Amino acid sequence: MTFEPKIVGFLCNWCSYTGADLAGTSRIHYAPNLRIIRVMCSARIDPTFVIKALAEGADGVLIAGCHPGDCHYSEGNYKTMRRYPLLKKLLRDYGIEEERVRLEWVSASEGHLFADLVNEMTEQVRALGPSPVKSGLALDMAER
Amino acid sequence: MPEKLQIAIYWGAACGGCDVSVLDTNEFILDVDALCDVRLWPIAVDGKYKDVEAMADGELDVAIMNGAVRNSENEHIAKLLRQKSKIFVAYGSCAYMGGIPSLANLTSRDAIFETLFMANPSIEPGNRTVPLPVSKVGGHQLELPRFYERVYALNQIVDVDYYVPGCPPVPSQCKAAILALVQALTGQAPAPPKGAVVGAFERALCDDCPRTRTQEKKIKRFYRPWEIMQDPDVCLMEQGIFCAGIATRSGCGVRCPKSGIPCRGCYGPAPGVVDQGAKLISAVSSIIDSKDPDEIDRILETLPDFTSFANRYSVATSLLQRSHGQ
Repeated sequence: MTFEPKIVGFLCNWCSYTGADLAGTSRIHYAPNLRIIRVMCSARIDPTFVIKALAEGADGVLIAGCHPGDCHYSEGNYKTMRRYPLLKKLLRDYGIEEERVRLEWVSASEGHLFADLVNEMTEQVRALGPSPVKSGLALDMAER
Repeated sequence: MPEKLQIAIYWGAACGGCDVSVLDTNEFILDVDALCDVRLWPIAVDGKYKDVEAMADGELDVAIMNGAVRNSENEHIAKLLRQKSKIFVAYGSCAYMGGIPSLANLTSRDAIFETLFMANPSIEPGNRTVPLPVSKVGGHQLELPRFYERVYALNQIVDVDYYVPGCPPVPSQCKAAILALVQALTGQAPAPPKGAVVGAFERALCDDCPRTRTQEKKIKRFYRPWEIMQDPDVCLMEQGIFCAGIATRSGCGVRCPKSGIPCRGCYGPAPGVVDQGAKLISAVSSIIDSKDPDEIDRILETLPDFTSFANRYSVATSLLQRSHGQ
């Protein structure tokens, strides 16, 4: 069976989810590998959610919010912007490839950009192969 | 009381500090001795593994184990004590969450052996060898416990009834936990629910911290404690000193922040926190005073080795548990 990446996407309600909606209503074909979870703001995405998704079998995680300056709640996406580099640091120390988690800004009018982004990320994660986390933790129990 | 309670205290991958913390209860230990027969406690009394093996299942009223599981001996004794005891307690941060030993989960067994036994400059070239589970010397076969690829917390190996957090647990909480167990076993008080964290509170460390929070936290750089003359009355995070209190359970008496040292998270995740490291990402990011990605990176450079700070005692029980790199 060929490997199909499972990617979890956390999209903010006001820009990125609306952007994804636009890609849909515009009938743009793009990779079906993204499982979208709508949140009210990208700042609602606790790093715990991202790490939990990876621990439970996601091969990649996409975080998307409004462009800096465009946040519906004026400051939320700056909080996300500051969390992201620390999250990357932590994931690197846990041996997770950098390309598996991405933060992108997608506005409500960027349907095409969203579709391209999902296609690109899907291929990126496909090239990395399945995430080692879930299978690795199962193997630990067999090691002993 | 008709009969003495039967107890065992054991250490796995630990520094010995937890055993000392039990003795730190001073004269209270004499009450423990009056109430209990100590059947196994390697640091304090004589007692052999074979004596434990000869016990009936459930013969021990309480087994208290500190330390994580690093090798096959730790696992064997953890399973043995579980089988022989009515109540099995994971005592201290290592038993509860993997503790400091589980920082080794961010690297591999091979890398540890290489650093410790092969590349170590204080070992003479002819003597460089790694510990082998089985070796032959002069016609005799010698066996050592097998060193695992990673460190495990006790509840990843056996069923744990109660947890007592702390590195080590403070004497007052050690005492409170022992009293709670004795009262439960003698029917003087209801037993805490299974899986409970005993000897600690249901709130975050900040709730008990006497330092004042005066303003909105906004910082332009982080400081290690020795890099700054700190104000002893103001929140450490507000002064740019990374403190884990916000994601950590209270119960220690706020000992570190009261003496000018940031909380390091040894009492484990606060109620509602799944992974201290993940929560501390949010805590740290929310105080950085910048909206410019380059400046944010520069500010974060003043916070070296974030992961080992944020998951200092909890790598084994964090969501990812260990490094997944090749």
